[in-house]
Amino acid sequence: MQVTSMHFKARAGEKLADRRLQSALKKLQGNFVKGRADRIAELDNFADIRDAAAAIRDRALANLDLYLEAFEQKATAAGAVVHWAQTHDDVNRIVREIAAQHGVRKVVKSKSMVTEECGLNVALEGAGLEVVETDLGEYILQLAQEPPSHIVAPVVHKTRDEVSDLFAEKHNAPRLTDIPALCREAREKLRPHFLSADMGVSGANFIVAETGSTLIVTNEGNGRMVTTLPKVHVAITGIEKVVPTLEDVTTLLRLLPRHGTGQSITNYISVNTGPRRAGDSDGPGHFHVILVDAGRSDLLGGDFREMLRCIRCGACMNHCPVYQSVGGHAYGWVYPGPMGSVLTPSYVGLEQTRDLPNAATLCGQCHVACPVKIPLPELLRKLRERQFARGLKPWPETLALKAWGWLAARPALYALATRFKARLLRAMADERGMIRSLPFGGGWTDRRDFPAPQGRTFRDLYQASKAKAN
Amino acid sequence: MDSRASVLARIRARLGKAVTPAAAERAQVAEYLAGHPQGPRPGMPADTIARFCERALGLMTSVSELSTLDELPAAVARYLAAQGLQPAAVCWPQFAALDWRGAGLEVAARPARDGDLVGITGVFCAIAETGTLMLCSGAASPAASSLLPETHIAVVPRTRIVSGMEEGWALLRAESGVMPRAVNFVSGPSRTADIEQTVTLGAHGPYRVHVLLLSQ
Repeated sequence: MQVTSMHFKARAGEKLADRRLQSALKKLQGNFVKGRADRIAELDNFADIRDAAAAIRDRALANLDLYLEAFEQKATAAGAVVHWAQTHDDVNRIVREIAAQHGVRKVVKSKSMVTEECGLNVALEGAGLEVVETDLGEYILQLAQEPPSHIVAPVVHKTRDEVSDLFAEKHNAPRLTDIPALCREAREKLRPHFLSADMGVSGANFIVAETGSTLIVTNEGNGRMVTTLPKVHVAITGIEKVVPTLEDVTTLLRLLPRHGTGQSITNYISVNTGPRRAGDSDGPGHFHVILVDAGRSDLLGGDFREMLRCIRCGACMNHCPVYQSVGGHAYGWVYPGPMGSVLTPSYVGLEQTRDLPNAATLCGQCHVACPVKIPLPELLRKLRERQFARGLKPWPETLALKAWGWLAARPALYALATRFKARLLRAMADERGMIRSLPFGGGWTDRRDFPAPQGRTFRDLYQASKAKAN
Repeated sequence: MDSRASVLARIRARLGKAVTPAAAERAQVAEYLAGHPQGPRPGMPADTIARFCERALGLMTSVSELSTLDELPAAVARYLAAQGLQPAAVCWPQFAALDWRGAGLEVAARPARDGDLVGITGVFCAIAETGTLMLCSGAASPAASSLLPETHIAVVPRTRIVSGMEEGWALLRAESGVMPRAVNFVSGPSRTADIEQTVTLGAHGPYRVHVLLLSQ
């Protein structure tokens, strides 16, 4: 997928002014944030389960190579074909090759963020294949030719009216306005595609080393269709998604739906192991699994290693005041919100994504909400340090920090300068003691006034109180 | 070096490990996989059947009682009539010999196809913690029958209701020893909340899931 993260500031400004988006984002907070809190309260030992979940992810990552090998061995024994992809282009090439090998013409997909990373749909369409997204949200986005704006609720930015208009235009059908009627319209459009497709492409929420299984968590049932009906199933997933055992995956499943959509469990959890067996009347005849690196291994063992624990629930973005204000599109790549602001710079480079680590208030909500305890604020801070070290901060900011550093190392001069600065700011204030515009500080004063300092400086007060004590 | 070797080598290098895994490393991983220890379990009430029913109802699954399997055709007929649905269905082969005609139903013992409106299935077991059905695919338990029809009716023997998913896996290991092609956990009718986060039942799978709780 094309990276547009360099335009974060401009796009965030547009999104803040977009009334429709703002009303859509308000609903997200009500449903997902409250839903998570309610569902967590059902678990009398939530803290223990959360600790265990983080430990499970860490155990898998500490021996990632061996658990992947175990997965591969079991999956192969069950009749699956396991492929390894180092890059996004590798993924697209492998899927095209599998399609060619089986004479595939139509592909149905269930939601997969890894394939969004790869731009798989474009690559397959370029090879002459018809690709149909079947998750309702992803289907709407495919019709609208837009990228997802949330990793769990991809179409959260659109209102019902927009969907009504889109369906009426693209389906060339009467305009329906009732949500259940719109859902039925999509169901009736998509059912024939499930039945006529030659290949199903899915992601995997987890892959299980113990059994060689891929696992998907869905509500609509499209994931089951995609993995059951076409003659070929290709599951595409990041190498970090491996979990050792069925018991481990069970622990994680107590948290994923609760944190993702505020459900105790999703409607469907489908665990797929190998292709159709002798005597089976359904299931794909061919089952391929593509294990994708594409930057993941680079995070192992380094400053950002905890990020690989991520189980893609979306809780961090649901709880993020920045995401809540600007939505997902402003972030400019596949993954928005705090997890995206760590992953995007890691996967596509810090140069193109300099605003993302700064698109956070560091309020810490994302860390609190994370089911696998990823210290997201700390990781964002580390990215900011890297930006500074590599000279990727804007020069006025770098210069200002250097100047401050020089001054702060000279206490007498610092005291003098702060006293002077305080007096200067007081002189700039209006009769209410507020400053309406600050030179070089437009970001502060464009939308609100800045209060002028009052009384004496902290250092003067401190000196005075020390003198009194003596 | 091929992709597989490159990825694995990069992982080991990043983790600061030797190029080739030591026997002890492999043994540790194999031991963990073989032991598959359980994680912490949330508290559960003593009555697992009541818990299953409570949670299933919360997921918009409907539940009614069935004392013997012979009563299944009449129970299905009553449910379909109450819902205003046509008296026709497909069922898993285990229910082929029941007297469906006697209950006024047209039931074919074959896997569901597109256009079949009602699918009658058994379950591998059911999970009380979340009110979930666990179905394993196989020649005698086609997965499509719980997926394609608009109505899914599942016969759940009381004796097959287990506490958590862990017990479901244990039962599968004990009774089968191999993973079926598909294990599907079903928790109520298919649903979507993609449009304005308004929950709507019947996205791509069934609009209705009805459980018949079998005593014997």
